Amino acid sequence: MTSNIVEIDNLSFGYKGRMLHQGINMAFARGKVVAIMGGSGSGKTTLLRLIGGQIKPSKGEVRVDGQVVHKQDRQGIYKLRRKMGMLFQHGALFTDLSVFENVAFPMREHTDLPESMIRDLVLLKLNAVGLRGAYKLMPAELSGGMARRVAIARAIALDPNIIMYDEPFAGLDPISMGVVCDLIRTLNDALGATSIIVTHDVEETFRFADYIYFVANGVVAAEGTPEQLRNSDLPFVHQFVFGEKDGPVPFHYAAGDYASEMLGYEA
Amino acid sequence: MDRTTIDLWVGIFVALGVAALLGLAMKVGNLTTNNIGETYTVTANFENIGGLKPRAPVKSAGVVVGRVADITFDTATYEAVVSLSLDKRYPFPKDTFANIYTAGLLGEQYIGLEAGGDEAALVNGDKITQTQDAVVLEKMISQFLYSKASESTDDKSEKSESTKSDADALGSSPLDNIGKPSND
Amino acid sequence: MIKSALLIGLVRGLRGIGHKSIKGIWRFGAGIRLFWLTLMSSGECFRRFHLIIREVYFTGVMSLIIILVSAFFVGMVLGLQGYHTLQKYGSSEAIGVLVALALVRELGPVVTALLFAGRAGTAITAEIGLMKATEQLSAMEMMAVSPIARVIAPRFWAGVIAMPILAILFSMVGILGGYLLAVPVIGVDAGAFWSQMQANVDWRHDILNGVIKSVVFGVACTMIALFEGYDAPPTAEGVSRATTRTVVTSSLAVLGLDFILTSFMLNV
Repeated sequence: MTSNIVEIDNLSFGYKGRMLHQGINMAFARGKVVAIMGGSGSGKTTLLRLIGGQIKPSKGEVRVDGQVVHKQDRQGIYKLRRKMGMLFQHGALFTDLSVFENVAFPMREHTDLPESMIRDLVLLKLNAVGLRGAYKLMPAELSGGMARRVAIARAIALDPNIIMYDEPFAGLDPISMGVVCDLIRTLNDALGATSIIVTHDVEETFRFADYIYFVANGVVAAEGTPEQLRNSDLPFVHQFVFGEKDGPVPFHYAAGDYASEMLGYEA
Repeated sequence: MDRTTIDLWVGIFVALGVAALLGLAMKVGNLTTNNIGETYTVTANFENIGGLKPRAPVKSAGVVVGRVADITFDTATYEAVVSLSLDKRYPFPKDTFANIYTAGLLGEQYIGLEAGGDEAALVNGDKITQTQDAVVLEKMISQFLYSKASESTDDKSEKSESTKSDADALGSSPLDNIGKPSND
Repeated sequence: MIKSALLIGLVRGLRGIGHKSIKGIWRFGAGIRLFWLTLMSSGECFRRFHLIIREVYFTGVMSLIIILVSAFFVGMVLGLQGYHTLQKYGSSEAIGVLVALALVRELGPVVTALLFAGRAGTAITAEIGLMKATEQLSAMEMMAVSPIARVIAPRFWAGVIAMPILAILFSMVGILGGYLLAVPVIGVDAGAFWSQMQANVDWRHDILNGVIKSVVFGVACTMIALFEGYDAPPTAEGVSRATTRTVVTSSLAVLGLDFILTSFMLNV
């Protein structure tokens, strides 16, 4: 058993000729909170789907607990996924089920626990995210931050080894953001799980992540602890961390000469 | 919504459906009125079946006793072979007579059975030998026209037989004539 | 110059036709594949029957009002039209036969299926499409739960169960509507109304065939609605288009299937 629970090895993936990833190598150590950062459209979310086995890589492989994900059959993938919990970008709560039923969903599907025990477990999970009092509500009655927390409770319902967060801070106010941020850290330590966070929120991530990968142009552009990255002199990292408008990542999408286009010459 | 409420509503829904199906079967359909349980099959040959269709009723004294199961064509005799499924509860003598009648002037055609006097009953696979063909409207009309034509050309004979032809026209129209058994 | 423009237009038109046909065939194949996967994963959903019951509530019970009200009016209109025509031939007591046969054989299954496509079918498509757009189906997959077994299959079987029940109720209520119009309003003899009906409506060849039709329509309508939702682009526009397509495709499928089934049933 290696110390890394998830390993990504020379992974390439793309749709229809446009390669999104070109040889990515990553390792996620057990018990750590690891962030994957990068600009919009750099394929961060796709990485999570590759880890979860929802899509197959064009080249290379992803290993979870030593098993190659894309070589598993359906049963095997489902078995691997039971070790994972995932928080989707907007929570992806089941809109036709109450908060209680949402959290109970994975338990009902995968265990034969008696109703009383499910009730205790669900309230336990909801208590962990501070929403035990809201168990009767429907998802439509929740605020964005609350919905995110319920979704976290659902993701940890079966005490997973790996918790994946897809943009956990997107669209949250600063208070909710801080709450979610603390939750990720405390849950990770309480469950002894590994957290993988996909985000582009620099400040929050640098505060609590153990290790950070920067993805750009289909490869890992930089990696290291927050400390190392803050002091990095790589121009890309510098641009990203300090939010500069122009730099290695250009402001303009690749285009012809501005002056000549405005003057009406055919490019 | 509560699961028990949903269960209740779905229960009502399904019960309504079953009740409606039973209602259709009993009140609208013929499941009760002529429930043909076990049947025996006999055949009958006709020279002309007119517009008789499979599933047409077989009646005796106006009561439905069976249905036409199948209609085929016999290339040896060039006759139509009609198989009749008759209810086991109604045995018929061997010399039963089969007619093809029309319900009303333009209604559907059905087979009428007239019981004979034989003591042996028809059994499965038997053949009804005495049959009467369907009335074909065109034939009837041409016969009628032909008789009219002969009336007008032959005045003398018409006069001498006026009473008879009157009776023909009133009482026994060509319809009745054809409806009567013919042994040719 | 004009000639070449014409040629280009023609080629473009042909290309459009080709593209549409390929897409249509592809979608048909994808639909059949989803149907197959649904059947394959039905075992689990029958073991958890409350999932189906829940969906029967949403597709069947919720469609009840529209079905019953339409049936009542359709029955009355049939009675009125039938009486208007039949009385010219002096056979207005045959009105019961006319109403019953028209409803049991054709209008019951077909109109129910069309209304079902509009009421329950669109709801199914929109629901599945939104579940897809909000990543609920993805989330389910990531929880190692097959959305086809958990979401698609129960809705499919609920539709297949609800449709014949709705069609039977439609026929029954329609006949009642015809009765209420013919007997108390017009004054047709009640005995003649029922007895003529009973003499001419056959249990197996009319009623049962009607039920068989509605089961087939149930399979077709529900599957089309599910497929359109499952296949919808995960955007608001995509879901709304898929909903429209559900109604159009279901209606065409119902009418086409009705012709095929009727021609088989009348032959046998």
